[in-house]
Amino acid sequence: MSAPLRKPSTDVQKDASMAKQKAMIDGNFDRLGNVKNTGEKVSYTFVPGNLNELIMCFDMVGNYPEINAIQNGLRKKSGGMIMEAEKWGHSEDVCTYVKADVGMMRKGNIGPTGQPIPEPDILMLSYTGCYTFLKWFELLRHDYKCETAMLHVPYTGDGEITDAMVQYVVKQLKEEVIPKYEKISGVKFDIDRLRENLAHSAKAEDDFVWVLESAKNKPSPIDAYFGGIYYIGPIFTAFRGTDLAVDYYKTLRAEIEQRIANGQGPITPEGEMKNEKYRIVTEGPPNYTSMREFWKMFYDEGAVVVASTYTKVGGTYDFGFRHDPSRPLESLAEYCMHCYTNRNLPERTRMLESYINDYEADGLLINSIKSCNSFAAGELMMMREVEKRTGKPAAFVETDLVDPRYFSAANVKNRLESYFQMIDQKRRAGV
Amino acid sequence: MKCFIGIDLGSTTTKAVIMNEDREVIGRGITNSRSNYDTASRVAKQEAMIDARFTLLRQNLDGNEKLGEKQNEFLDDLERNFRREQFVEQLDDLKATCLRSSQGERFDSVRDKLNEVLDKVFIQLREESLALYAKGATRKSDFFRDIAGGRFLTLSEEISKDVGIKYDFALNVYDKSIIEVENRPPAGNLEGKFLDGLRNLTIESPELGITFDDVQGPVKDALAIDLEETFVVGTGYGRVRLPFPKEHIRSEILCHGLGAHMMYPGTRTVLDIGGQDTKSIQVDPQGVVDNFQMNDRCAAGCGRYLGYIADEMNMGLHELGPIAMKSTKAVKINSTCTVFAGAELRDRLALGEKREDILAGLHRSIILRAMSIIARSGGIRDQFTFTGGVAKNEAAVKALRELVKENYGDVVINIDPDSIYTGALGGSEFARRAVMEA
Repeated sequence: MSAPLRKPSTDVQKDASMAKQKAMIDGNFDRLGNVKNTGEKVSYTFVPGNLNELIMCFDMVGNYPEINAIQNGLRKKSGGMIMEAEKWGHSEDVCTYVKADVGMMRKGNIGPTGQPIPEPDILMLSYTGCYTFLKWFELLRHDYKCETAMLHVPYTGDGEITDAMVQYVVKQLKEEVIPKYEKISGVKFDIDRLRENLAHSAKAEDDFVWVLESAKNKPSPIDAYFGGIYYIGPIFTAFRGTDLAVDYYKTLRAEIEQRIANGQGPITPEGEMKNEKYRIVTEGPPNYTSMREFWKMFYDEGAVVVASTYTKVGGTYDFGFRHDPSRPLESLAEYCMHCYTNRNLPERTRMLESYINDYEADGLLINSIKSCNSFAAGELMMMREVEKRTGKPAAFVETDLVDPRYFSAANVKNRLESYFQMIDQKRRAGV
Repeated sequence: MKCFIGIDLGSTTTKAVIMNEDREVIGRGITNSRSNYDTASRVAKQEAMIDARFTLLRQNLDGNEKLGEKQNEFLDDLERNFRREQFVEQLDDLKATCLRSSQGERFDSVRDKLNEVLDKVFIQLREESLALYAKGATRKSDFFRDIAGGRFLTLSEEISKDVGIKYDFALNVYDKSIIEVENRPPAGNLEGKFLDGLRNLTIESPELGITFDDVQGPVKDALAIDLEETFVVGTGYGRVRLPFPKEHIRSEILCHGLGAHMMYPGTRTVLDIGGQDTKSIQVDPQGVVDNFQMNDRCAAGCGRYLGYIADEMNMGLHELGPIAMKSTKAVKINSTCTVFAGAELRDRLALGEKREDILAGLHRSIILRAMSIIARSGGIRDQFTFTGGVAKNEAAVKALRELVKENYGDVVINIDPDSIYTGALGGSEFARRAVMEA
């Protein structure tokens, strides 16, 4: 009998790396919650195109509004915050990360871990393809009346990064971003300090890419979407460029090396997934408010995600890019332009195609986000094109980021089961 | 004989199809899904088994000299009589259940009078069953609840008044009992009901010139064939509730794709509009699913939309299509939300638009939703097969034909009168393959 929808069990299995990751993320919330005592200055910035290595040069602590929304979503707190934002006039169709953030602020700015989120000293906007980010910080600037720095990152509309594009970003870093940070923090910019941070980044990135690519093994030792969300945590946020991140990815890699040696599948909240039946590539963010329920729909059917584009939104490293201490500002510019959100549709399609081929996947699943027009636009076209190029079946489901009202479990499960059976049917027919 | 059974548990109806080893459909059964899928699947299966017995009987009677040209008439009469036996049996069950329900303390002060009402109502219902199943009579539904329920309520209201108690008592007893009766597993003894039906038929239709002894041999032979439930495959929304192991469960996408391919092997695109789902499925020349899209997050534009509109207009669901067909101009209905469509409908009526024109507009708006889902799945490829309950609605079919032509040009459009069984048919073929091609 197929398992009816039920609440996943509460006993969650965790690896050592997961505990470490959680401690790191919580540690940053502690640091944010304690700025009144430490006097540290606070920089708000977004995950895609974040300049963490640079921010660290000014002894500032980073706050990532999307991460707060995600953490609130995972903790089932985002629903109330979104409703609060709607009371203040934000419409139903607005990005739910924004509404969760604005709602949290209106409710007293208590972060996901119960610590207060401090006001920003600077809003650092790296524009990397998501136009909502502009409006989001406009709202925050209106409320906080603080300094704002804007880094305009050219969209890679032609699918390539030219030297002129790099220089355009570097110029802004030199003339706009760095001077503002120096002014706010009172700390003089030291390029050698930046080089040191970037060296840490590159080291962590090597191990991170190794972890992602371990999914080429059969069975895959990791789930590169649901598990991947934990793996990207440190490198996408306040830890890129720290030795803590270097250490985290080293630990994670060792764990996965062990899993491969043992021929083990990925760890799920209900233990090791055995019998890998379907290898899937995903496009689009996960649903955070019902993440375990969503994940369960995969592992119960023996489906593992072997590659995902979502784990590239805060940086794409698996096609060779690394932060480079010998070209510090240039490599920050290139990093921003490489983020998945900054890529055009043909490039995104090419990435998906290569994932299906390189990871020997059975097909593509798109989780399209109801409140994210900037990311969801064009996904159906991409899906068709990937189907055509790879001959592998694709499917499409719709949920939301952190709005619990837009996750219809019975419908999503129905689509997923149909999709997995479709893969089966094609295999049997030798298609 | 080996029977391969597909059961499609829909949100509104549950369908079963039985296939034999030679890939021939020998029986189909349908029932309302109730809130109890276990019972619904048992009833649908039993109905398909009954239908299979008729198929076998038809085969046994082929070439029967006594019947000659009257064979079809005889079989129709026999089925009618059989259905009446079935109806009376459920009526007796409903009466017994109502009498048990009336034992509750709350009825202490009125019990005698209430039981008198019940006695009178059931005597009348039993008498009416003769006319209900008389030759040429039409029934508004094939489901017991629909047929018996309406009459029970009308009769008990009148009789309660005569006896001098409030109608509410009979209503309460009925509400409690009908659910129990509907959810009771169907009684067995098919043979008894067949033979009783046959006996009634020979008395009721002397003009056929057939005696009980003339045909009881082939009837008993058809009943004696062992219909073995070799493999059952479940599909549809209620499938997870079925007491089947997982390998007996298939997604309705696969079943509809395969079922449509079996009905029309040239099918490449399937549109199914059911109670709460609209599915667009692309299949390859073997009936293997290439791609599918379904309505997400919202069931506007599905079969229930028409049900809601019918309620709003105080009409029967089956009346909507014929009225809409009388339209000379379609009124544009913009809202894709079922509830808003209800508001638009009242607004248009208030503005003096004709009912048939508004209904034509509503049918077109359902199909417009479906066209968008079809487009998402990759558009229409020749041939195009339309299935599901809404495929029975002529106004919906008309709107579909127009929009397909407008958007995709000349395409062969297949609509089978039994298209409601498409999912169950695909399921039965999966069942057959699981055994015969294992």
